[in-house]
Amino acid sequence: MNKSPQAYWSATLRLISIVLVVWFIVSYLAGIILAPALNSIHLGGYPLGFWFAHQGSMYVFVALIFYYAYAMDKIDREFDVHEE
Amino acid sequence: MSVQAWIYLMVGLSFSLYIGIAIWSRAGSTAEYYVAGGQVNPVMNGMATAADWMSAASFISMAGIISTMGYGGALFLMGWTGGYVLLAMLLAPYLRKFGKFTVPQFIGDRFYSKSAAVVAVICLLVASITYIIGQMTGVGVAFSRFLNVSNEVGIYVGMAIVFMYAVFGGMKGITYTQVAQYVVLIIAYTVPAIFISLMLTGNPIPQLGLGSKLAGSDLYLLERLDQIVTDLGFGKYTTSVPGSYLNMFMYTLSLMIGTAGLPHVIMRFFTVPKVRDARMSAGWALVFIAILYTTAPAVAAMARYNLLATVYPAALENKPLVAPDQGIRYDERPDWFKRWEQTGLLKFSDKNGDGRIQHYNDKNAALQAKAEQVGWKGNELDVNADIIVMANPEIAMLPGWVIGLVAAGALAAALSTAAGLLLAISSAISHDLVKGVFKPDLDEKGELLAGRIAMVVAILVAGYLGLNPPGFAAGTVALAFGIAASSLFPAIMMGIFSKKMNKEGAIAGMLVGLFVTLFYVFAHKGIFFIKGTEYLGLIGGANSFFGITPEAFGSVGAIVNFIVAFIVDKFTKEPPAHIQELVENVRVPRGSQVIKGAH
Repeated sequence: MNKSPQAYWSATLRLISIVLVVWFIVSYLAGIILAPALNSIHLGGYPLGFWFAHQGSMYVFVALIFYYAYAMDKIDREFDVHEE
Repeated sequence: MSVQAWIYLMVGLSFSLYIGIAIWSRAGSTAEYYVAGGQVNPVMNGMATAADWMSAASFISMAGIISTMGYGGALFLMGWTGGYVLLAMLLAPYLRKFGKFTVPQFIGDRFYSKSAAVVAVICLLVASITYIIGQMTGVGVAFSRFLNVSNEVGIYVGMAIVFMYAVFGGMKGITYTQVAQYVVLIIAYTVPAIFISLMLTGNPIPQLGLGSKLAGSDLYLLERLDQIVTDLGFGKYTTSVPGSYLNMFMYTLSLMIGTAGLPHVIMRFFTVPKVRDARMSAGWALVFIAILYTTAPAVAAMARYNLLATVYPAALENKPLVAPDQGIRYDERPDWFKRWEQTGLLKFSDKNGDGRIQHYNDKNAALQAKAEQVGWKGNELDVNADIIVMANPEIAMLPGWVIGLVAAGALAAALSTAAGLLLAISSAISHDLVKGVFKPDLDEKGELLAGRIAMVVAILVAGYLGLNPPGFAAGTVALAFGIAASSLFPAIMMGIFSKKMNKEGAIAGMLVGLFVTLFYVFAHKGIFFIKGTEYLGLIGGANSFFGITPEAFGSVGAIVNFIVAFIVDKFTKEPPAHIQELVENVRVPRGSQVIKGAH
């Protein structure tokens, strides 16, 4: 496979884009734009849109950073640019 | 033991702990002073970042504001956590690889220009000082309650303590002290929340309690809270939005981008040994932050419920609230009420002379008409949102030691952030401005001295403006985020992700972004936040830009910054080859070095 710095950088950018899409969906989409519509669904006492805004988005953010750190580590090794 | 004695004991104990750690690990060299020798473990660094990050705005002010805002308050929750995702992916690892001390240093080197560094110092100073004003507001609330004095005296005492605290030791002292502060503040925040959640819903986990039924009732807590607040003419708790959805969107975005652009947070990622650790550090920081941030909405809703149930005991029996003889009698008001009245942050005025407290939304015309029929002549209770968190355990009648613990936690939050910010300010002035630009031969001693003078000036300015704050602690802090978002974040991000971005573009972007944002903010809040110098007429009235509030405007400023930078970049010559190589080098982790020494 192509191990050039350009290929490494585009793999990095691809990962960042994927994470940013999820980041946008849980906060801006589910928590704000679609919140009024999601509120008709309930999660216990939580209307769903309210839950995303007040709870859910934050859990996903934590997961996203660890996923990013893990995936980035793998990319670093694949392209042999990791720290010794 | 009395509540007051518990407060003294808890605050005294926590302070001796911090001072002990600070003395034990006093900084030696300049390098240690700023970045603790690049030797801090990611989990510890995450915890210290969390303490640094969670300020008076998060601890004291945020849940109170959410409590009055309801659903819309989520903009603080999402805004102040989502930014870590940006920070972890877009900035932290690359800045760590770059291997310098400060943000202006990065901008100065990457854009091969001292002017760029100076502009970055200016942006950093404006953002950090605004941030400290918000801290001072919060410190004033904490100390006024703690010492039973007025809010003003509280701020003076706070200034003195922040000063003594910050000039001791540097980052290394601060890193370990902040780990201790995190532990104190997170216990102080969650313990009362667990108690209150257990009392109201029977579920000890606040995050679950918020979605549970009220103990001994068929109604969910949020459902019942919605009923009570709408009965009193306030917006429905689970759906009320600040201004518009567009404003909420831009506000959240502004806080997220600002998070990733704040120098005292970014500096944290210089202190980890490896690039890999910088990524993990951001994750750990967010874990520790999220523990408080997911608890806050429960604290907010439960405090609102408890406060209203205290004023209207009838709410507990599902009786109508807007009715004759409702509202507790003023002379039967609880003790916490009396204590907070002394601070001037809780005010009662008996407008209809019935000796009872009526608290409702008198700006709601339909409700006001109904209220007049039962003899109510307007809202009689004025609650400053900043007192909610600290009063919460007292309202819920929790034991004295819990109240003492919360006071200690609030002070920890305010002091740790103020110290981190002052460190960022002092390094910007002494390292980047005085040594970097004006007097390159300055020795270490002179540099530390310049830094300490900068701290004193910053504390005095912030304290003075904190006496007449531009808003609640969290609102003022939000302005600081907007300023960072519109000036520093775009420049750093383009410095990494756009190899061809040149100095002309970056400088123009920072200046225009900062100027546009300040112009809009000062129109609402006064020039440099000085009361009486607002110029709303000039911009066509409050929130005239698509209904966007000044706190949310940072995201607009950031977009302007990017656009201006790219346009100017197009018409000026591209950066020299060695700078483009530098950018390529920053993008890969291999070859990062532990930062040692001052250069």
